[in-house]
Amino acid sequence: MSTSPQLDVEALYGDYPLDHAFDEMRESSGELRPHYRALAETLARLPQDELQRRKQSAELSFLTQGITFTVYGREEGTERIFPYDLLPRLITAAEWDRIERGLTQRITALNHFLRDIYSDAKILADRVVPRELVYSCKHYRRQMRGLQVPRNVYITVIGSDLLRLSTGEFVVLEDNLRVPSGVSYMLTNRRVMKRTFPHLFHSYGVRPIEHYPQLLLSTLRSLAPEGRPEPNIVLLTPGVFNSAYFEHTYLARQMGIDLVEGRDLVTHDNVVYMRTTDGLKRVDVIYRRVDDDFSDPLIFRSDSILGCAGLFNAYRAGNVTVTNAFGTGLADDKALYAYVPRIIRYYLAEEPILPNVETFVLTDEKERKHVLANLDKLVVKAVGESGGYGMLIGPQSTAKQRQEFAVQIEANPRNYIAQPTLDFSRAPCLIGNQLEPRHVDLRPYILFGDKVNIVPGGLTRVALEKGSLVVNSSQGGGSKDTWVLQ
Amino acid sequence: MLSRVADSLYWMSRYLERAENTVRQLDVTMSLMLDPGGASAETRWQRLVSSLGGAPDLEWNGDMDAMARTLIFSSVHHASVTFCVNGARENARQVREEISTEQWDRLNRLYHQIHSPNTQAQFGANINDALASIVDGIHLFKGVSDTTMIHGQGWQFIRLGRYLERAYSTATLLEVFQPELYTLPEREHSGYQYLEQVGLLRCCTAFEAYCQVYTADLSADRILEFLLLNRDFPHAIRYSVDGIMSAIESIQRTGGRRPPEELTAGIGRLHAMLGYTTIGEILASDPAMFLHTIREQCMRIHELVYRYYVQYSIQSALTI
Repeated sequence: MSTSPQLDVEALYGDYPLDHAFDEMRESSGELRPHYRALAETLARLPQDELQRRKQSAELSFLTQGITFTVYGREEGTERIFPYDLLPRLITAAEWDRIERGLTQRITALNHFLRDIYSDAKILADRVVPRELVYSCKHYRRQMRGLQVPRNVYITVIGSDLLRLSTGEFVVLEDNLRVPSGVSYMLTNRRVMKRTFPHLFHSYGVRPIEHYPQLLLSTLRSLAPEGRPEPNIVLLTPGVFNSAYFEHTYLARQMGIDLVEGRDLVTHDNVVYMRTTDGLKRVDVIYRRVDDDFSDPLIFRSDSILGCAGLFNAYRAGNVTVTNAFGTGLADDKALYAYVPRIIRYYLAEEPILPNVETFVLTDEKERKHVLANLDKLVVKAVGESGGYGMLIGPQSTAKQRQEFAVQIEANPRNYIAQPTLDFSRAPCLIGNQLEPRHVDLRPYILFGDKVNIVPGGLTRVALEKGSLVVNSSQGGGSKDTWVLQ
Repeated sequence: MLSRVADSLYWMSRYLERAENTVRQLDVTMSLMLDPGGASAETRWQRLVSSLGGAPDLEWNGDMDAMARTLIFSSVHHASVTFCVNGARENARQVREEISTEQWDRLNRLYHQIHSPNTQAQFGANINDALASIVDGIHLFKGVSDTTMIHGQGWQFIRLGRYLERAYSTATLLEVFQPELYTLPEREHSGYQYLEQVGLLRCCTAFEAYCQVYTADLSADRILEFLLLNRDFPHAIRYSVDGIMSAIESIQRTGGRRPPEELTAGIGRLHAMLGYTTIGEILASDPAMFLHTIREQCMRIHELVYRYYVQYSIQSALTI
């Protein structure tokens, strides 16, 4: 043990403000939180520049492994490595326990909700959720009405975004129920971290996450159509130009299943086949990474060439399982988000374990007036967008931007929601040779087959730019490994 | 396996073989140009371009360095190394889940190496080192392909691509060189003739192997015999055709369908042509025609493989 660890640690801090935002590593007094002490002392003991050296070797490893994503709106095929912060984010066992219970509860309720909406719609009849809000959602799929999905599971793969407020409490910012991505970064981050800090990793007793692909595979298998004991499971990707293509290949390889594109699939007599060198082979389960809109040109967008004509009919006939089901985007609509606590109470008769962020629904006239008067303090989001696009961050906006958003809100209030600007938590990141705090969120990955499974941890996304609140990789965000302690 | 995946593995492999071929031929041509005797630089360049399959837009402009640079770094010329490596990587990227991490790692390194400014600089300073390091990269890829990938259908498609490309490009090379081999003054001990002949052998990395079989006594007939009909040397056409045949046989064995007769017959014909013809017979008839037939047969095999494994009609697949 070092003789004066406290002193060594102090030298690590760069520009390290402590204010009302929750700091993952330090108390507001500046003291280290107990579970971060071993990490900070390890860092303090490293020779000068050793951190930078390890960082470079980690980055090189990402590049040669081709762990990259494609940035839209630039030259075609702009590949970048996903920016990566070397320091792990630590979560205690007690904190994780609450997250796990909260997410299980939430996902179970949302699945009930989808099932109800696409069958009897009791929740609408009981006026818990406004009918108008559901039927005006662009992710509502009328084709799903009355359709029996395997084991009544609509959402199989979920990634929910959590934030930590200044009180230290975790809240849910949004649920991703369509095609959440990022899980491959969680897995590769872990592999790199084990190589970068082997001793530290060992001494912390971190809970493992590496079995995620295996869990995913058994989840998919549990959803296979009846009478197919050896189901042929495939992952459907939009193709090599998709920003998450690396992840699709990674998961397919880790699970040992075929990665198919729409052009590999054909349907005949409501059965889906894939073209192999040995002729046509029947497909039983499709883990779909293509949006609803592009999945079947006969049912959804007719100009799509990414999907497979006839897929939906084969699905309706029960000859193939497609997961996540179609139309699940309804339940992660940002306006319906405001109703999730009510949805949980309605179906489970329980109080939500993980709270929501306060949300103003702009179709409500009173709330809209309040929002328009306070645009400079609020965050406004377009309900159909993701990836940090279509967003107004009030305190960082110009009067002109606010004016534009006000006009758009008046024109189409259903399309927007508003939330208070959250000073969510910050975690120490390696900036140059020193530690500086940056805002982080947490996206755990949830699997739902015969039961809910959450691997401990998830992807911690970092807003690497100083002061920035946007963690999306398309907008300059990065990630860190997340260690859930035993 | 998926037809699309087979297609990508096949082309990944063909592109890399092509890149290696370009590098080696360029290397040989440039070292031949150091000796002032023999053919002119322009003739040599033309010969190089035609043996790479011909490219009308690669006209000789007198500046060898610039021309060589184009052949390495151009991303539009189909024979250029960069073009081929890009093609190989793009194909590999589309079947990332089918190849091993080591394979992807190697290919990705090769790609980044060729695109790095360092390589361009090194190319100015020492061309031979730059070329050698590219070939090294390709060899490493082939090595890990053989040692880390499961030797199933995918691997056989990689072999098929490699040997088909090799048989085709060696036949092209010999077709281009063959008339000149015989217009050289017979048995005259000029060092230039020797250099030309060694050059041809080195284009196929065959010089040392040739010496082991025939000693360093070089003659046009023997060179042709060696590069065409040797059954043990990996760059000889006969060896490559044997490779094509065994790859197709393995692919058919692992699949459940009956092998298409047209394809078996096509390969069998080529195989027999090389196995049961002597160099004397070839030279007595028309060697250029013989080489040309090999190329045609290779293209035919490629078409049949596509028709049967990759682009078959769905209706016919359903009725089987």
